[in-house]
Amino acid sequence: MGDVSGRSVVLEGSEQGFATTRVDALLGWARKYSLFAYPFVTACCGMEFMALTSPRFDLARFGAEAPRFSPRQSDLLWVVGTISQRQAPVLKRIYEQMMEPKWVLAFGTCASSGGFYDNYTTVPGIDKVIPTDVYIPGCPPRPEAVLDGLMLLQDKIQTGSRRPGVVKPRFDPPHAVDGLVQLRRSAGDPSELVPKLRAGGDR
Amino acid sequence: MSQAVLEKLKARFGAAILQTHSDFGDDTALVDAAEWKAIAKYLREDPALDFDLPVDLCGVDYPKRVPRMEVVLHLYSVSKRHRIRLKTRVGDEDMDGAELDSLVSIWAGINWLEREVYDMSGVRFRGHPDLRRILMYPEFEGHPLQKTYPADRTQPLVPYRTEEEAGVPLHKIEPFGPDEGMPFGRKGAPRVTPAIDEEGPTAKPAEGN
Repeated sequence: MGDVSGRSVVLEGSEQGFATTRVDALLGWARKYSLFAYPFVTACCGMEFMALTSPRFDLARFGAEAPRFSPRQSDLLWVVGTISQRQAPVLKRIYEQMMEPKWVLAFGTCASSGGFYDNYTTVPGIDKVIPTDVYIPGCPPRPEAVLDGLMLLQDKIQTGSRRPGVVKPRFDPPHAVDGLVQLRRSAGDPSELVPKLRAGGDR
Repeated sequence: MSQAVLEKLKARFGAAILQTHSDFGDDTALVDAAEWKAIAKYLREDPALDFDLPVDLCGVDYPKRVPRMEVVLHLYSVSKRHRIRLKTRVGDEDMDGAELDSLVSIWAGINWLEREVYDMSGVRFRGHPDLRRILMYPEFEGHPLQKTYPADRTQPLVPYRTEEEAGVPLHKIEPFGPDEGMPFGRKGAPRVTPAIDEEGPTAKPAEGN
């Protein structure tokens, strides 16, 4: 498409209405909801990836459910699991075979940083080998965290940003947090919970 | 359980059985490396012993000992239901002379196990039909399970990207620290906080969204 930033386009919807937008915004919008995934699954995170693609978490909501087991037909590389030094050339080659535009998602701690495999056999993070857009921490990450990562990637596709992003890890709150409401204990009127949650502030 | 096996071994090979023990029901014999193959053959072929399953073979490095590398063989007899562990020691400080007779002619299944011990510990097996690395890549130098292999030495097949090329910091980024997941890890590497987030993940969506 060449450089489309700043160019505008008119969408003619019907006789009654029309909309204007920028071409790159339209393209970003289209791309972020039609991600064709190449799952490069090497380790235990793959189990969580299966859960993610199952109906319960329903990756299809994000338009990213269609796996393409050929890198030439996909634009999103999921690197799911530990990448050993021996596999690094394979991963790099897969990445090089993908068509532009392409994005890379590091699923789990091992793909992001090597995790605890700080030794002779493991690549300390796939960003040492290929450019990476989103890192999802977790060992393995919960599907919710992965969905956060996917939405983060969609934001980045929309804005055209190629700065890497990290999904915020969930942390265990300390014992006495004001904003923490235990729903099971306070089984009263649910509407009473809302102000308490809001008062929790910036969590 | 199978102390009878140790007794038979001692009766048959005498001085080649350097040491035995039966701690916790695990019968172990430390044997002379020169008799390694003869003992294995006897264990396999004697009808009362009939060790038909080589369970595992591995190398254990004791860098201050001479001979330095201990090779441990676990055997099981499916028919007699007994086990034995054979150990032998080979190699001097520089792993010179770390050679053993291959047992592939006795148990075909030990082929890959010997390749693994060669790959990880550097013990060479005389008479092995195909002594190549099995886990590491052919370009790999050294044997990683020797204690003299530096713990932080890596040998990447693909040269790592440089930070200039990537335009972003490439050390372990937040929230992944240098000791990610390893409380026992190599501390001391300064924990650097990279500036990733200027316009990245939290950037506002573009207009027309």
